[in-house]
Amino acid sequence: MADYKPTEMMTIAAARALRNDDVCFVGIGQPSAACNLARLTHAPDIVLIYESGTLATKPNVLPLSIGDGELCETALTTVPVPEMFRYWLQGSRIKVGFLGGAQIDKFANLNTTVVGPYDKPKVRLPGGGGAPEIATSCGEIFIIMAQGKRSFVDRLDFVTSIGHVAGGDSRARLGVKTKGPTKLITDLALFEPDPETKEMTVVSLHPGVTRAQVQDNTGWPVKFAAQVAETPPPTARELEVLRELHARTNRAHSEAA
Amino acid sequence: MARISSLSEAITDAVRDGDTLALEGFTHLIPHAAGHEIVRQGRKGLTLIRMTPDLIYDQLIGMGCASRLVFSWGGNPGVGSLHRLRDAVENGWPQKLELEEHSHAAMANAYEAGAAGLPCAIFRGYIGGDLPKVNAKIKRVTCPFTGEELAAIPAHRPDVAVIHAQRADRAGNVMIEGVLGVQKEAVLASKRSVVTVEEIVDELPERSLNAVVLPYWTIQHVVAVPGGAFPSYAQGYYARNNAFYKKWDDIARERDTFLAWMKANVLEKGPEAFAQYTRKTRAAAD
Repeated sequence: MADYKPTEMMTIAAARALRNDDVCFVGIGQPSAACNLARLTHAPDIVLIYESGTLATKPNVLPLSIGDGELCETALTTVPVPEMFRYWLQGSRIKVGFLGGAQIDKFANLNTTVVGPYDKPKVRLPGGGGAPEIATSCGEIFIIMAQGKRSFVDRLDFVTSIGHVAGGDSRARLGVKTKGPTKLITDLALFEPDPETKEMTVVSLHPGVTRAQVQDNTGWPVKFAAQVAETPPPTARELEVLRELHARTNRAHSEAA
Repeated sequence: MARISSLSEAITDAVRDGDTLALEGFTHLIPHAAGHEIVRQGRKGLTLIRMTPDLIYDQLIGMGCASRLVFSWGGNPGVGSLHRLRDAVENGWPQKLELEEHSHAAMANAYEAGAAGLPCAIFRGYIGGDLPKVNAKIKRVTCPFTGEELAAIPAHRPDVAVIHAQRADRAGNVMIEGVLGVQKEAVLASKRSVVTVEEIVDELPERSLNAVVLPYWTIQHVVAVPGGAFPSYAQGYYARNNAFYKKWDDIARERDTFLAWMKANVLEKGPEAFAQYTRKTRAAAD
């Protein structure tokens, strides 16, 4: 087994969650790396959509922004942004939305807006972008986030986009018909919602990770499934493809004017 | 009716203190040169609308041009915070900045409604989150046919839209290719508009029958500013300068380094300074 970093395990575990016939709305950063790794390994036909309007894009390097020219040049077509949000996202044509966030709670509600009070924030974060409607319009949601007590919190400072709201059937009672977060992939574990309570529950620990480690990096008492699996370690091919992708990306992004 | 203008004429004529302004561009074709001209002309009290305020809005905010921001995602994509935006929101420097915050879907719908001459945009969104609690303009309406509850927000009707495009012909018809963002909607939603372009040509090139063209009679000013989107990009002309976006993080982090950069690169320069970026990239490609 090759040496690898926890973030590499996270990206690889996230990539594995995607299927070859998925149509996926891709967030920038970690989700973008996972989605493209999936496309370059087990899911060559996956349709990747970025909110800049690029449909079925196949970037050779990871975009730094959501609208890099690379995405447009390798896309089947590029539609205007209002059409992207109206026909494609709101029109329920997207199976999986892949999100990250700054803060998450046990029901996988996300905060990307502020740390501290809204009117007097300690940290003003970028804001919701596409997330509020991605979270409710995509068939299901995958979330990728590295764990830590400051990001995995008992109570969000602001709910930018909903997950399972207050658990149970509270999401459905808002009139939302989509599934919401079905997978949360971290650098330590894989979480899935409990079928009843909808609390995100550890179903798989990455190799070498202990329950205590997961708890120490989570701001609420963590639930573990009756059967907790061990995530299969990265294969040599997964690591090779991911590292080549990052190396290509770093070279492309550091080219000066 | 489009007039071929210089950049300083166009901004002097179209942009006034206190105006509501949309300098749009979704990563692509961001009108940096036009934004710099607004800074040089010292406009004040602007309401800035933009889905993705990035470096040029960081600059306008840090130079004290704006008092209000209507937006859905304010950051340096893939890099981190906009430090000048954060300083204004967190510390009121150089002045307080009022926020009207939306989601992307809401903003895109509001531009489309503005272009369509409607008073408001209606869409399925803002379900369950906190944004409606901090933005009084987010309302709900009931569909008269199905009874479904939907989100409604006012249409965007800016005083001025400012965009950058690849090319215009001598009459001022503007052609846009690549990531389109909401530029067409922003121009059609606005009372006045300024379009900077990479080049003005005798005739628009051979194109798809469905090419995106803004007719000359929807635009007030067309200005040739080669390289005018730098460090954003112009598809077919030059690539996004991702290295500069990363560098901006250091430049804008502290007030003094920011002000020094603005003095040297904006206040003491003109739009012709942008031409080097397109030339350099072309030379590198040859």
